[in-house]
Amino acid sequence: MIVSIFEVAGPIMVGPSSSHTAGAARLSRLAALFLDQPFTHVSFGLHGSFARTYAGHGTDLALVAGVLGIRQEDEDMKRAFQIAQERGITYDFYPTDLGDAHENSVAISFTLQDGSVTRIVGSSVGGGRVLITNVDGIETEVTLDFPTLLVIYEDRPGMLSRICAELAYANINIGVLKCGRKTKGGIACSVIETDSAIPKDIQTALTRLLGVKSALILNPSEA
Amino acid sequence: MYSHFKSMLEVCQQHDWPLWKAICAEETELTGKSEENTFERMELRYQIMRRSAEIALENPLPGHTGAPTLITGSAHAHNSYAASGCTLCGPILNKVMARALSCSEANASMGRVCAMPTAGSCGIVPAVMVTLEEELQLPRRKVLEALIIASGVGSVITQNATVSGAEGGCQAECGAAAAMAAAAAVYLKGGTPDQSLSAASHALINVMGLVCDPIAGLVQVPCAQRNASQAINALVSADLALAGMPVLIPHDEVLEAMYRTGKSLPSTLRETALGGIAGTRTGQEIARRVHDS
Repeated sequence: MIVSIFEVAGPIMVGPSSSHTAGAARLSRLAALFLDQPFTHVSFGLHGSFARTYAGHGTDLALVAGVLGIRQEDEDMKRAFQIAQERGITYDFYPTDLGDAHENSVAISFTLQDGSVTRIVGSSVGGGRVLITNVDGIETEVTLDFPTLLVIYEDRPGMLSRICAELAYANINIGVLKCGRKTKGGIACSVIETDSAIPKDIQTALTRLLGVKSALILNPSEA
Repeated sequence: MYSHFKSMLEVCQQHDWPLWKAICAEETELTGKSEENTFERMELRYQIMRRSAEIALENPLPGHTGAPTLITGSAHAHNSYAASGCTLCGPILNKVMARALSCSEANASMGRVCAMPTAGSCGIVPAVMVTLEEELQLPRRKVLEALIIASGVGSVITQNATVSGAEGGCQAECGAAAAMAAAAAVYLKGGTPDQSLSAASHALINVMGLVCDPIAGLVQVPCAQRNASQAINALVSADLALAGMPVLIPHDEVLEAMYRTGKSLPSTLRETALGGIAGTRTGQEIARRVHDS
């Protein structure tokens, strides 16, 4: 294991807990990046230690702050409930059991403007680091420690090679690639971590590909 | 980053480098970024540390609900006491304590801090660094070099042991911060790389076995006073090393001992709020009150 000195000196964050406050805010902010339209309501299913100790660590404020786009180091986090009200966004919390998920896990269900619901599950795994494990029923592993491309597409031959070709044209090297799907021939999801930042025009190029439902670029600078 | 203290020291000896240079070289190798970039990133963190070390000295910070936390006002009270001219440890050590309390208070109030190495222990390194910068009238560059040393020491601790109270008790969390601050303090006072690491070892030895027992599971009591006392442990350990007190046990073995000690602590004494001061009748009653409100 190699640990950078900035994993020791940091993160810069709003207290009191890197996993229960900073990680929670970052997790829900990243979850909101997956949405393709505004949301009106958000529901947080709290699992494990998140369910037991959320109030004392401000986990509830942090989660609401995150979906509003408030960063983990922004002291506006304290005012998250008020800001949500100002923006006309409602929220609720309920305890849930996500099975053998990490102790600090949450299932975030966004009710979107068109009435549909997007559900994202993730964990705050310590020191402010996060892991998104499920996007709308598709198992995945997004950490956002590296530039990441998330593509949702029809599960059929040749799709992955066409997606990767777009990265090859831009001279971007793939570090890690994970693909999964709900059902054979159904909807597939690939998470691609790269060695360098991914330009936004790749997103446009990918969504033009036949069979690609959506493409999302997440660079750590935004994370 | 170096996996052991021994290899860190060997590189210093080989190139006749100060400790920060050896750590910085590894960091630039790891990230591919320049040395200047490392200093810039550290400067940004130090600004946050400075702010948190001062913010509660004059104004008590309430919790996020507006009600006082269990430690609201402690930094202000200690700061006034430090300035009173009538203390046992003197104005400088008491200022260190007040600054450590300020960071803890900021953290408990959902204020901005820099984890160093964690949020719970975020007062120790800043209290020592800010006070030494002021007292020894040091240039900022020198303080940043010391912070690189502190972080390099923290990296070795993270790789071989843990800095999490839930895993290794307070000796791991605030203990790691004390070891980091001790190594940095030695450098600021002109000590050698070996003395820096000896100070880190003294700090870990001085706190070995300390349990993590937060009342009501909150990062407040006894975390705040442990930030204050471990900041002082860092300075005591730095002085022990500078005076030439031998450690006898190699630094990497001290670290190993800390890790094994942490692992052998029962779970009641590792951040579960069931043992130690949290497990007392009154501790449990405070917990009930906090959770009911």
